[in-house]
Amino acid sequence: MTGEAGAGLGQELITTIGLEIHVELATRTKMFCGCPVAFGGEPNTRVCQVCLGHPGTLPVPNAEAIAYAAKIGMALGCAIAPSSIFHRKNYFYPDMPKNYQISQYDIPLCTGGAVAIETDGVPAAVGITRVHLEEDTGKSLHMGGGGRIHGADYSLEDFNRAGTPLVEIVTEPDMHSADQARAFATELRATLEALEVSDIRMEEGSMRFDANISMAPPGRLGAKVEVKNLNSLRSLHRALAYEEQRQREVLGDGGTIEQSTRHWDERAGVTRPLRTKEHAFDYRYFPEPDLVAIEPPADWLESIAASLPELPAARRRRFEEQFGLSAYDAGVLVASRPAAAYFEAAVAAGRKAEPKEVANWLANDLVGLLTKRGESIEACAIPPEHLAELVDLVAGGEISRLQGREVLDDMAAAGAGGPPPAAIVEKKGLRQLSGGDELAAVLDEVIAANPDVWARLRAGDTKPEGFLFGQVMRATKGQANPSAVRNLLKTRLDG
Amino acid sequence: MSNPLTRADVEHVARLARLALSEAEIEQFTTQLGAILEHAARVAALDTADVPPTSHPIPLANVLRADERVPCLDRDVVLDMAPAAEDGRFRVPRILGEEA
Amino acid sequence: MTPTGDELTGRTAAGLAAMVRRGDVSAVEVTEAHLQRIAALDGDVRSFLCVGEAEARAAAAGVDAARARGEALGPLAGVPLAVKDMFCTKDLPTTCASRILEGWRPPYDSTVVARLRAAGAIVIGKTNLDEFAMGSSTENSGFFPTANPWDLGRVPGGSSGGSAAAVAARFAPLALGTDTGGSIRQPAALCGVVGLRPTYGRVSRYGIVAYASSLDQAGPFATTVADTALLLEAMWGHDPCDSTSIPSAPEPVLASLEDGVAGLRIGIVEELADVDGIQPEVRAAVESARGLFEKAGAEVDTVSVPSVEYGLSAYYVIAPAEASSNLARYDGVRYGLRAPAAEVAAMNAATREAGFGAEVKRRIMLGTYALSAGYYDAYYGQAQRVRTLIIRDFARAYRDFDLLVSPTSPTTAFGLGEKTADPLTMYLSDVCTVPTSLAGATALSLPCGLAPEDGLPVGIQLMGKALDEVTVLRAARALEQELALPAPLPEIRVPA
Repeated sequence: MTGEAGAGLGQELITTIGLEIHVELATRTKMFCGCPVAFGGEPNTRVCQVCLGHPGTLPVPNAEAIAYAAKIGMALGCAIAPSSIFHRKNYFYPDMPKNYQISQYDIPLCTGGAVAIETDGVPAAVGITRVHLEEDTGKSLHMGGGGRIHGADYSLEDFNRAGTPLVEIVTEPDMHSADQARAFATELRATLEALEVSDIRMEEGSMRFDANISMAPPGRLGAKVEVKNLNSLRSLHRALAYEEQRQREVLGDGGTIEQSTRHWDERAGVTRPLRTKEHAFDYRYFPEPDLVAIEPPADWLESIAASLPELPAARRRRFEEQFGLSAYDAGVLVASRPAAAYFEAAVAAGRKAEPKEVANWLANDLVGLLTKRGESIEACAIPPEHLAELVDLVAGGEISRLQGREVLDDMAAAGAGGPPPAAIVEKKGLRQLSGGDELAAVLDEVIAANPDVWARLRAGDTKPEGFLFGQVMRATKGQANPSAVRNLLKTRLDG
Repeated sequence: MSNPLTRADVEHVARLARLALSEAEIEQFTTQLGAILEHAARVAALDTADVPPTSHPIPLANVLRADERVPCLDRDVVLDMAPAAEDGRFRVPRILGEEA
Repeated sequence: MTPTGDELTGRTAAGLAAMVRRGDVSAVEVTEAHLQRIAALDGDVRSFLCVGEAEARAAAAGVDAARARGEALGPLAGVPLAVKDMFCTKDLPTTCASRILEGWRPPYDSTVVARLRAAGAIVIGKTNLDEFAMGSSTENSGFFPTANPWDLGRVPGGSSGGSAAAVAARFAPLALGTDTGGSIRQPAALCGVVGLRPTYGRVSRYGIVAYASSLDQAGPFATTVADTALLLEAMWGHDPCDSTSIPSAPEPVLASLEDGVAGLRIGIVEELADVDGIQPEVRAAVESARGLFEKAGAEVDTVSVPSVEYGLSAYYVIAPAEASSNLARYDGVRYGLRAPAAEVAAMNAATREAGFGAEVKRRIMLGTYALSAGYYDAYYGQAQRVRTLIIRDFARAYRDFDLLVSPTSPTTAFGLGEKTADPLTMYLSDVCTVPTSLAGATALSLPCGLAPEDGLPVGIQLMGKALDEVTVLRAARALEQELALPAPLPEIRVPA
């Protein structure tokens, strides 16, 4: 329990944050036995003698889990150890079938990577210390104390989750704000999503964050406070922001921060100290005698590397370069894998529309509409080709942007198998008047009906232009292409 | 002959190992374990500076299994042997505090 | 007391298997004869914790039915087999001679037992052992001690004392044991039977309750070398359920059994020839073996393997350390004994206090200490490095020799209660056997007669390099032939 003496009022404090992330792998089976991996279900129905820790049982590692872990390590820029081993981490807890966890200790599978992040336009790099494999524990249900462990009368154990492959990712303490932590967490999540190695649902526990935060004047080391129970990226941010503020106040008042663990209470919006046992944490690590070394052959590593998909950072760069999108737009699209996929399909199907336009329609109009309807882009009933067609129609001036939104609404309402936008435009007679005799004829009628206005315009008064313009729009029931009308008016005025 | 092990050591290790030793056992073990550790310490003097540890007598690597499902145990079988069970789960007395 | 069914209970496994195969006798008759002998005499020896009469009869009937159907029979069809109670058996309790697992039935069979059942062997019952295989006399059993059939006031050795005694008393021609620091070889020597520790990784550990994972190995007990080889061939081989099992298939050993020892270079290990407390008859037995080997055409010399002197110190750190972790699962949560308490950590501690015997608790404490913060390097780390030294020393010796020889146990069977006061005294019984375990190599104990003074069996240890069971068995067979010992049945003698 080390303490850091208070800095006193006014002294500059630097926040240092490190994250520890546990990712449940979406393999078919558990890390050391052939029981299926899944979420939920009836308790103790996905267990066998191995994952229950029955006497005499032995672990055999899941090859796919190792492949997934190597993929994660490579995607984060890590080196893969030529030989790594498993260790036993010994401690007693009722959700631990063997009262030791098979994990990795001083020779993990992956070490030394980095992730690039950006906050408020400022880039930074967060180092990855290590990525290793271990097995998950069972789940405890605490009874009689309102569900919390303190005040419970007894607990019930479900071992369905016990033995699920877990990858642990540990970052260097390279983040210095809650914003940076969230940016890192977001980028990590997007990277894992691209790799398709985990469900990454924080609410289901397939991705879990623990944070370490300390504050100290420059050049000094602060006492680390571990923050647990961060169940969403939002909680991560809120908790770290809160804890930063709390520590700043304590230190500012001349108090000390002790190395400790705190629990984030989402509802109350505060962190609270957790009771920790004094003799905790002597894990008595020793090499797992039941398992042999993992020594990935070069060709296997090559095939893993070759199988890596386009990662978010690379995809953002490509969207900027290939499609001319702004960094912001690229970021928005790439943050959602289904949105990025939809975007590319739409661009491929489009003809006249610029990718920027497609991006605009997708990110603003379509997503907004889907959100209002409680739908997702993943399950979007409107095929990307139809969006492309819609954007083409607007880009080509055949309908106005406003009309386009109306058509989009119709397309969404029609659902799967609905008609393409051209058909809707046809059916509703929305085709914009863009030029030619039809529009000229309307303009003539409007001029004829408003001779004084026309005279003033010809005399050089620009004010009534809007009125005439509006009259043309009214006469065409909004179907005239605005820029076509303006051009026509200008031509008439000049001519 | 000084004992490398104190009574406090024995009590600490008993806690780590989850053994509720009796008073007599604590006393007896302090003596007996001390003697065994002294014997074991004979090797402490050996020069093993450049000698790597052996954790596996046979050098094997990459023993893995395919990611394929195997039948699970029937829950009735699993819970029948439980000292206490409730609602399909193993029941344990209340847990004080977090892990370890 | 006159043994019953003598015709069948004095035979070798190979003999019985041949008779069953030929139809000279039914498997049921063989099983019945052995069950009767057990019922008559095991009350005095107490080698079995549990005799599975109904299960054995059913299995024997199964063999007979298969034969009647004209199906091919396995190599051990109809042969009774005693199984140390460390092996999981689905149909019989598996207790490890511990109160913490009293009455526990595993939901699965160990690989070895499954393979032997498939070979037609009839599991007759589960034999007694030192609790969780920790001990050298079977006095640490949580239930009762086993007596040595040669003298019921003496120990059978341990930890596989029940299996060794069962074979010595002819309750079964074959038995399974486990050897971590000598737990097959030492009781084999004390009971006058053959016991083999195979190379680490030769035999699957899946379903064998773990004591010290990097040292445990299952192996055969029999009355002859040929029977030992027969059982070994039926039980060993790669198992995908055990990551530490050797992937390549073992070479057959039966075929080369009679190859003799002409030209073989045999080394008598200096440091073990005259250990502390060695009985003169034991020393003499090794010397006469030397003469016999030379007569059979081998070249015999002495060899120095200095680091074997550190074997015990390294073993009594490594084994307890691994055991302390392996036995953590016995916590009253999912199976086995539970002692009541209001809070879970207290429940764990009370359960383990009530369920484990003194020796098990001692080793758990020792092991936990050796692994704990601040002590790992000095104890566990150092022991693992000493282990490397022992491996290197043996490698050096095997450059000049094909086989090494030593006593198995410094003494013949000691009296019940004689060494229980001081754990260290008991540990010293393992001085000759522990080095092979640390090296992960293979060794066999061969009975070489009864000591003239006390009439108790003496065993000689033949050690081979890793994977060289062929040489060990063929040398054992050659020595067995030279010794030409009569095969007396010990009269189960009640102490005066």
